[in-house]
Amino acid sequence: MDIPYTTTARPDTGLWNAKIGIWLFLASEVMLFGGLFSAYIFLRLDALPGYWPHGLLNVPVGTMNTAILIGSSVTVVLAWAALKMRQFNRYKIYMGITILCGVIFLVVKLAYEWPDKFHHFGAYIRQDRLEKYEEFLGNHHLLERGLEPRVEITGHLHNEEALHDPNIHHYEVLLDQVNADPTNPESDRPHFWPLPKSEKHAHIDKADVDHAEMFVPKHNTFFATYFTITGLHGLHVLGGVIVFVYFWLPIGANLYKRNPEHLANRVEVAGLFWHFVDLVWIFVFPLFYLL
Amino acid sequence: MNETQQPSAPEPVVDGHVEAGQVHDDHAHVAAHVNKYLMVGGLLLLFTGLTVFLSYVDFGSHKMNMAVGMVVATIKAGLVAMIFMHLNAERQLIYRILVFTAFFVLALFFLTYLHWYDPIAR
Repeated sequence: MDIPYTTTARPDTGLWNAKIGIWLFLASEVMLFGGLFSAYIFLRLDALPGYWPHGLLNVPVGTMNTAILIGSSVTVVLAWAALKMRQFNRYKIYMGITILCGVIFLVVKLAYEWPDKFHHFGAYIRQDRLEKYEEFLGNHHLLERGLEPRVEITGHLHNEEALHDPNIHHYEVLLDQVNADPTNPESDRPHFWPLPKSEKHAHIDKADVDHAEMFVPKHNTFFATYFTITGLHGLHVLGGVIVFVYFWLPIGANLYKRNPEHLANRVEVAGLFWHFVDLVWIFVFPLFYLL
Repeated sequence: MNETQQPSAPEPVVDGHVEAGQVHDDHAHVAAHVNKYLMVGGLLLLFTGLTVFLSYVDFGSHKMNMAVGMVVATIKAGLVAMIFMHLNAERQLIYRILVFTAFFVLALFFLTYLHWYDPIAR
């Protein structure tokens, strides 16, 4: 069966069918991400002081990924323009760059950013034991400056077996700079370049800990929403890449020979999806990495 | 209105076969837009740098930093939607779909807001 109105407008709507189809789909996507963003707003605004972490994500890497996604949005629109101008070789090049950008984005996310978090440890100290760890938290200093308290000690966990062995009663942590030197005004605000780990160790009694894990989704509401939203966003990037590869393969060339306008329209529709994915990231990046 | 060639109204062509004249029109139109796409891409990169930079500037309160960050993000999103997604020149029907979407997504955020509503304690 042939799908009608792939290149000509349907008389009653004034549009070729896929154009309406993709916009209806994007409308449902707005609601999907809207639900997750409202969960983010809800969880963040209701977080107790000190319980919404700042500066835990790698800003230079996030900035680079943002630039890559923006670049791919440009190349996909150029790929479409090339098809409109019937320059198939240019189309292949621009589409190839777009696919490459999407793949780099995913590789950075899955091979570096996420695993980096899975190897970073954090222990939330019980409210009544905060004073005991004052040398790592610097809450007197923060209170004086009118800043939110610190309730978590983070760093590299030396004795990973402590996570599941009930006979080990403490965590041995190589501290992040923030906890190694908590009263340093430099630590009051997050930095662009991540600070190197300190040389300082901390010995944290499990009895003093409210809960402690690696930076996995269950660690706190920040990581729960971060992994959910960036995970769903990543799946969208993957979906876009798969569709682009499909159009880039000989199947695209065959369609081009039969009906170049149809391929152009298909690329336009896939491009609209891709721009939407870029648009979501434009909000994800500042909300999780920067603010 | 239609800057980028949007197949408008029924065309006097058989599905799949665009007349030579129209392809030529398209060609000129699209070619004229390529520079604009590159410029908008550059602008988006610039705004990305700006977002990062401004997030480290102290605007007095975290709320203010949040507001500034969201304003820049909204400008970026607007550029993507208007230029890359061609919303600066689309058909009526698309805008109607989007008005519905905007209404429902705002209703969704309003429901989130209701979570803080407490008529007794105020």
